[in-house]
Amino acid sequence: MRKISYAQAGMEALVEEMRRDPKTFHLSTDAPDALVEEFGSERVRATPIAEGALTGIAVGAAGSGFRPIINWSMVTFSFVAMDQIVNQAAKIHYMFGGQVKFPITFRTSVGGGRRVAAQHSQSPYSMFMNLAGLKMILPSTPYDMKGLLKTVIRDDNPVISFESNRLMDFAGEVPEEPYTVPLGKADIKREGTDITIVALAWLVHEALAAAEVLDKEGVSVEVLDPRTLVPLDCDAIRAAVQKTGRLVIADEAGPTAGASAEIAAVATEDAETFAKMKAPVKRVCALHVPIPYTPQLEDHVFPDRDNIVAGVREVMDV
Amino acid sequence: MALTQEKQREMLRIMQTIRRFEERASDDYRAGDIYGVVHCYIGEEAVATGVCAALNPDDQIISTHRGHGHCIAKGADLKRMMAELYGRETGYCKGKGGSMHIADFSIGMLGANGIVAGGIPIVTGAGLAAQLEGKGRVAVSFFGDGASNAGPFHESINIAAAWKLPMIYVCENNLYAASTSAASTLAHRDVAARAAGYDIPGVVVDGNDVMEVYDATQEAVARARNSEGPSLIECKTYRWRGHTERVGGADPRPQSEIRAWQERDPIERFVAGLMDQGCITQEAWQEMDEDILAEIEESVQFAIESPFPDLEAAVEDVFAE
Ligand SMILES: Cc1ncc(C[n+]2csc(CCOP(=O)(O)OP(=O)(O)O)c2C)c(N)n1
Ligand SMILES: [Mg+2]
Repeated sequence: MRKISYAQAGMEALVEEMRRDPKTFHLSTDAPDALVEEFGSERVRATPIAEGALTGIAVGAAGSGFRPIINWSMVTFSFVAMDQIVNQAAKIHYMFGGQVKFPITFRTSVGGGRRVAAQHSQSPYSMFMNLAGLKMILPSTPYDMKGLLKTVIRDDNPVISFESNRLMDFAGEVPEEPYTVPLGKADIKREGTDITIVALAWLVHEALAAAEVLDKEGVSVEVLDPRTLVPLDCDAIRAAVQKTGRLVIADEAGPTAGASAEIAAVATEDAETFAKMKAPVKRVCALHVPIPYTPQLEDHVFPDRDNIVAGVREVMDV
Repeated sequence: MALTQEKQREMLRIMQTIRRFEERASDDYRAGDIYGVVHCYIGEEAVATGVCAALNPDDQIISTHRGHGHCIAKGADLKRMMAELYGRETGYCKGKGGSMHIADFSIGMLGANGIVAGGIPIVTGAGLAAQLEGKGRVAVSFFGDGASNAGPFHESINIAAAWKLPMIYVCENNLYAASTSAASTLAHRDVAARAAGYDIPGVVVDGNDVMEVYDATQEAVARARNSEGPSLIECKTYRWRGHTERVGGADPRPQSEIRAWQERDPIERFVAGLMDQGCITQEAWQEMDEDILAEIEESVQFAIESPFPDLEAAVEDVFAE
């Protein structure tokens, strides 16, 4: 099968869905050339740097029959749009009694590793998970990126697509034929019997690398990628943990009130799953600090395959 | 123009220091010794220099993502700047900030900022502090044409006008925000025209003419010190390099436009004027440039000889002790 990058897969999803639905349009502070060429500058607009207004404009246009696609670029910039995200987009369908639909795609990049310091190295998806009314995806492969993003664009709700900075150039198999990936369905990226690693985005790949190392030590590791954070595939997580009896969660975000905390709770608050657990849950996350610039410090703050291997050994030793 | 020859030579020195610093930062970034992202100020040196020349040491400024020029013009130490770019413990931010986050509060430089328009309210807060203290200090906000379209600009300038804060808002209109042209995003071509809506003075100046920038700032500073409130100065200028130093970044700007602006080099123009006035000779100018290069080389040596921070530093400074 042909291979394309994570970034290209996202672009393909956009192009296919914009061809499919003339009600879609695209707003971002830098308009992607490929989209402008095909769809023109009316449907693909370069906007002023005004993320709050852009986000609100998406809400208004969506409620007026369109299907906007907004690219905030780095998640850093979404923070200047917090009122429109938190008070407006997330609540408007519920608050107005479900009168009209608000189909909006928000794309944004997350994660570190680029030596761009605290403001530009964030993974704050749990801040948004904490709101009711927003769906969100976090793909780890080009295949999932394309399939999920197409589903997101067709969804009738505001959905945030969190996309990993570290994976933009990562290449993977993507079929030429059209396909979609449903929201709320986890993917087992590797089967195993001794321990389950639930990993997010870039850390899926680090967990797979860790699994190779651990395999040589006789530890059979299962790697589960939730792929979407809201809805979260609780059944798949619980089933996997019931099978292995052990759980490590790997996330590039900090641990405090993070997606990792939610996943741990999903597993342990379920009586059936808890009864089958042989060891406490272990989280392998970033240190709870703003991200520093200098490479040694940045690499120290973020978890990687070595931290995952150590985390698994710790759980296996209990 | 009531400036002494010495002061004018000093301004020339600052402009050339900014240029040489940026050239070196760009080279060392490409060589992999400086990480992340670097936004160069080359072509815009007259703005930071002309504005800061009209300030007192205790006046405050805030910068943007394109911040090296503002730091140098306010008197920052090149060694500590370079060490920060090199990610060393001796850098201004102990290696935690990098190019987009250099600050030196001791000289009234309240920081570069990775968020477009993020600094404008903060420096307006410094303006409020100056007003409350009543010692005649002023505060200056540097920001781009791109930032002028963001809410914090409008919200801050309105408050400053309503409260008559001792503020100078300096828009560096280099005609682009990353690869998006100001022509396509500004409803009115002059940012300065917006001053009318806030009932404050707004002027457009040639941002490649350091004396014009200086004169406009002088006037605004006098107003601010006199409790007459804020002013908006729009400096029309141009960046010579790409939005960032990242190789392969898109740059939609026409070559002819870049060349036309390079012909209006703020440094060459200033030197030529100074030579006409007999304020500097060709030899003295060359000597000044060699001095500057030596100083920058020294700053690089300082950076290279400085250690990287210890890993324990990663968890320090989250909170004040
Ligand atoms: C709120 C926000 N949105 C987007 C960005 C990404 N970004 C960084 S610099 C830049 C362009 C800024 O243009 P301008 O204000 O004109 O400054 P210039 O780079 O021209 O000096 C953009 C869009 C950002 N840093 N912050
Ligand atoms: Mg600009």
